[in-house]
Amino acid sequence: MRYFQEKAETMPVSEIRKMQSEKLVKQVRHVYDHVEPYRRKMDAAGVKPEDIHGVEDLHRLPFVSKDDLREEYPKGFLAVPQRDCVRIQSTSGTTGRRVVAFYTQHDVDLWEECCARAIVAAGGTPDDVVQVAYGYGLFTGGAGLNGGSHKVGCLTLPMSSGNTDRQIQFMMDLGATFLCCTPSYAAYLAESMKERGIAPEQNPLKAGIFGAEPWTEEMRQAIEKSLGIKAYDIYGLTETSGPGVAFECQAQQGMHINEDHFIAEIIDPKTGEVLPEGSKGELVFTSLDKEAFPLLRYRTKDICILSRQKCSCGRSFIRMTKPMGRSDDMLIIRGVNVFPSQIETVLLKEGYTPNYQIVVDRVNNSDTFDILVEMDEEMFGDTVSAITGREKALVAAMRSMLGIGPAVHLVAPHSIERSEGKAVRVVDKRKLISEAKWLTK
Amino acid sequence: MALNQLSVFVDNTPGALSDIAEVLANADINLRALSIADTERFGILRMIVSDNRMAVSVLKGKGYIVKETEVVGVKIGDQPGKMAEALKVLDLAKINLEYLYAFCARTERHAYLVIRVEDNAKAEEVLTAAGFHMIEDADVAKL
Repeated sequence: MRYFQEKAETMPVSEIRKMQSEKLVKQVRHVYDHVEPYRRKMDAAGVKPEDIHGVEDLHRLPFVSKDDLREEYPKGFLAVPQRDCVRIQSTSGTTGRRVVAFYTQHDVDLWEECCARAIVAAGGTPDDVVQVAYGYGLFTGGAGLNGGSHKVGCLTLPMSSGNTDRQIQFMMDLGATFLCCTPSYAAYLAESMKERGIAPEQNPLKAGIFGAEPWTEEMRQAIEKSLGIKAYDIYGLTETSGPGVAFECQAQQGMHINEDHFIAEIIDPKTGEVLPEGSKGELVFTSLDKEAFPLLRYRTKDICILSRQKCSCGRSFIRMTKPMGRSDDMLIIRGVNVFPSQIETVLLKEGYTPNYQIVVDRVNNSDTFDILVEMDEEMFGDTVSAITGREKALVAAMRSMLGIGPAVHLVAPHSIERSEGKAVRVVDKRKLISEAKWLTK
Repeated sequence: MALNQLSVFVDNTPGALSDIAEVLANADINLRALSIADTERFGILRMIVSDNRMAVSVLKGKGYIVKETEVVGVKIGDQPGKMAEALKVLDLAKINLEYLYAFCARTERHAYLVIRVEDNAKAEEVLTAAGFHMIEDADVAKL
């Protein structure tokens, strides 16, 4: 079993383009007729659905940003009657910052098929046992891979995240051959198994599909060695359905984008201009088949390169490199999206000055997350407990805002490094940028 | 009419204490006693100094966070067992200590305890009743 949907996955490029053009024309009409905020954007840009004849006209359509979706929370971008929907998923973040994505049954099937393609591309067959250790719930990781595994016909272990003892026990007792989780959790599981005296060759795993956070080639090699498996990357975002928008094949050279369902573009994040293939820029997706939440030209803010180089796996879908950075200030920490502005909101609400610094590092393949906050006189007390008490209160407030708990450290005024008078907000020491060595220049 | 202690927030970085000492030295401020509460990330320097007003002003001028806190100053004999005696009094009155440090005077045969409790007045009352003398800022200036 080399492909899950061979016809689609190996379609000649000219046919892909033709198919995309046909679907785009219909999708633009659907969105224009049913998504009021996007209709306003198109009207403002002076573009009508009848102006779009195919992918060559795509650049005329306005972009959709995360801010647009937040402004229209919760249902502004819903394109079908709610009674036609069967599911929502949602991004992490505060109430005001959440994005709620709606799915019809058709949308769920399509998404799960994308995940099924990823599993098969990683060597999965109905004989496999797939342990899904992504979080289940609003997060798309658990639901996506769970559905994909069903579609392939694998026995699925819906473990969700955490509870390492149970993960290891079920993996060993039920003979899991595939592991799906964040790369940092895979590294953590490997570490925990080593501590329990389980050697890499003793576990039943043969492959893993890891995503939802940035990881490097070096980390891939470390995970492959420590678990004795092949480790594959997967890409996606809630706004475009979830994981599976793009997936790695056994060549492990970039991720194939499911071009029968999505059009990918690379733009200059400053000007919005479309850049030629091979350029580094911001990735933009257009959903061609989604009914309930069909976003046109959605700006992912992920910086990467697209390549049409022929892949040894036989798939014709264009490949994207691992994201090489962001065009905004979003951080992905332990798989959770964190914006510095969220931290600022908490600090101001709790009566602190917005003089803070986020320090992120990766120690033993897992992210550390520290926030330094400058104190002022009123907060200072003469006892240690008064200060640590304040720190604990801030940790709790941050956890409820962000979904993950940072370590908070109160520091002396003016002790945070300034750059041109402003505190340096983010120090990311993780060095997660990996070069795409497979790209020929 | 009380003993006032200065507390300074100190980042746990090399030279942090030495910088504070220099600021005080330049202002001709004499340290009578000090203690440091240290944690992994920061410290709290607590001091009894010869001139609080001056010390606060020069430290704030340098951007330090300084806080004045009323503490209990108890004069005790500079002999074995005297601290135990004073603490027993607080213990019997069920007064919890948050922290304590001590210093000796140069000239007299006395030592001084600097005690931080939740209720200063109550501590002073029971200590006075047990025959101890309290000291105040004015006394420190004379030492």
